[in-house]
Amino acid sequence: MSHLIIIVGLLVIAFPVWITIVAATHDSVRVTQVPFPLLPGDQFFINLKAMFSSREEAIGGIPVGMMMLNSLVMALMIATGKICISLLSAFAIVYFKFRFRMFFFWMIFVTLMLPVEVRILPTFEVVADLGMLNTYWGLTIPLIASATATFMFRQTFLSIPDELLEAARIDGAGPMRFFFDILLPISRTSIAALFVILFIFGWNQYLWPLLITTEKSMYTIVMGIKSLLETADGEPAWHIIMMTALMAMLPPVIVVLCMQNLFVKGLTETEK
Amino acid sequence: MLKRVHFRSSWLPYALVAPQILVTLVFFMWPAGQSIYQSFLIEDAFGFSTEFVWFENYTYLLTDSLYFDTVFRTLFFSFSVAFLSLSIALLLAGFVDRIIRGAMFYRTMLIWPYAVAPVIAGALWVFMFDPTLGILTAMLDSFGWHWNHRLNGGEAMALVIIAATWKQISYNFLFLVAAMQAIPKSLIEAAALDGAGPLRRFRTIIFPLIMPTGFFLLVVNVVYAFFETFGIIHVVTGGGPAKATEILVYKAYSDGFIGLDLGGSAAQSTILMIGVVLLTVIQFRYVERQVDYSS
Repeated sequence: MSHLIIIVGLLVIAFPVWITIVAATHDSVRVTQVPFPLLPGDQFFINLKAMFSSREEAIGGIPVGMMMLNSLVMALMIATGKICISLLSAFAIVYFKFRFRMFFFWMIFVTLMLPVEVRILPTFEVVADLGMLNTYWGLTIPLIASATATFMFRQTFLSIPDELLEAARIDGAGPMRFFFDILLPISRTSIAALFVILFIFGWNQYLWPLLITTEKSMYTIVMGIKSLLETADGEPAWHIIMMTALMAMLPPVIVVLCMQNLFVKGLTETEK
Repeated sequence: MLKRVHFRSSWLPYALVAPQILVTLVFFMWPAGQSIYQSFLIEDAFGFSTEFVWFENYTYLLTDSLYFDTVFRTLFFSFSVAFLSLSIALLLAGFVDRIIRGAMFYRTMLIWPYAVAPVIAGALWVFMFDPTLGILTAMLDSFGWHWNHRLNGGEAMALVIIAATWKQISYNFLFLVAAMQAIPKSLIEAAALDGAGPLRRFRTIIFPLIMPTGFFLLVVNVVYAFFETFGIIHVVTGGGPAKATEILVYKAYSDGFIGLDLGGSAAQSTILMIGVVLLTVIQFRYVERQVDYSS
């Protein structure tokens, strides 16, 4: 009984993705026929090839491989950047006593309350003034301040016994030596868990790349879907769109499935 | 708990926080300040002249019935998404919690939609509900329901709610299952021995004990529906038809970037900022209270 209900739930939740796979494996004619096929066709590799080699106008004119590369670079830069600057600031806040410590802490905290959606125009202007439109820097740096990552590392560091620090000091280790030789190895699970979450966060960015990329060579795959759907005249090429959608969701889904435990840890620890 | 021992250095801690603080100042504080400043200005569409008008943008917004329509639409949208995704997740979590074999497999199968970008989720649903060739449209058609979200505002709203809910179920499910598994088994066994059936055990023990998590999720879901669903709406309906799915974030975006009403858009952003501050305060109040419980 329980199993039955869960399986029904699973099927309902998986249904959209099943349809995506089906659409991505048929040709353009079959996809637009009613009734829609319920089983995958045999056009997978043909569509895959068409998608990667598409420079035709009908499909938007942006190579998918390039968009995926842009997405990958953006996701990696956001995840790495957030982790690096948050590790450093959490280290400073936990292990040093200095003037304005609390002030800095609160300033980082406030960024939680300013999602990009509420400061779209002025942030865009800042990036434009700095000449960072259509660059990887512009895509990533405005997003890499992270209150949640800083808090999470702060919690991790606070749970490390003080004796370690004392021992390191007696052995003559300076702060940066302590950071690299002791703190980093101890925090590696937290770092990995956070990396999984942030990679997904970075890969799935939409509004920000939409605003600051005007050159097609900087488009990301998630944005690419939108421009494929907008293909002006006539019906969109659904079989190619769905194939692209599949490519756009594959990397983060694979990350979640392969690193499930890290993912769950990252999700539950950053949110609380 | 704070550290009793610290490193001593006059400059190192500042250097360590510098990157984070720099990014915060340049890309968060300054733009937020600009946004507030701009909300007191009226600029003509070509940028030739700017006038400082105090609260005129706000009074204009707050007397505009269209703006209030958007506010209510946003609330309706957000609470529908929160309510639906929480209920479905609760149902699934309740059953997964009861079974022993295969729970891990089900968890795996239920959590991956979290990784799908909102825009992609939107694209999948818009394809299935496509008025001419969508598979679900064809099904509805056979019941005599001619679905067309491009013309019918109610159907457009339903579609964006479905897409946004679909994506959020995994997240809620994960937290609810964790909350349920934290309940001591002895409590549930004791109730079972006293003759309480599964439904009654759920209502009188499990449900009250997961309420704190439920409340936390409610706040998170509302924030999600307010801001992160931008992609879904942008790709599914573009705010239409006739603004039937235009939520606050979408309005701030389209008034600013497309309508070029910079002052009005900035005023909307500022109001949204106040909203986020309130929600964050509620969320942290709650987290603090929870910490008090456990200690």
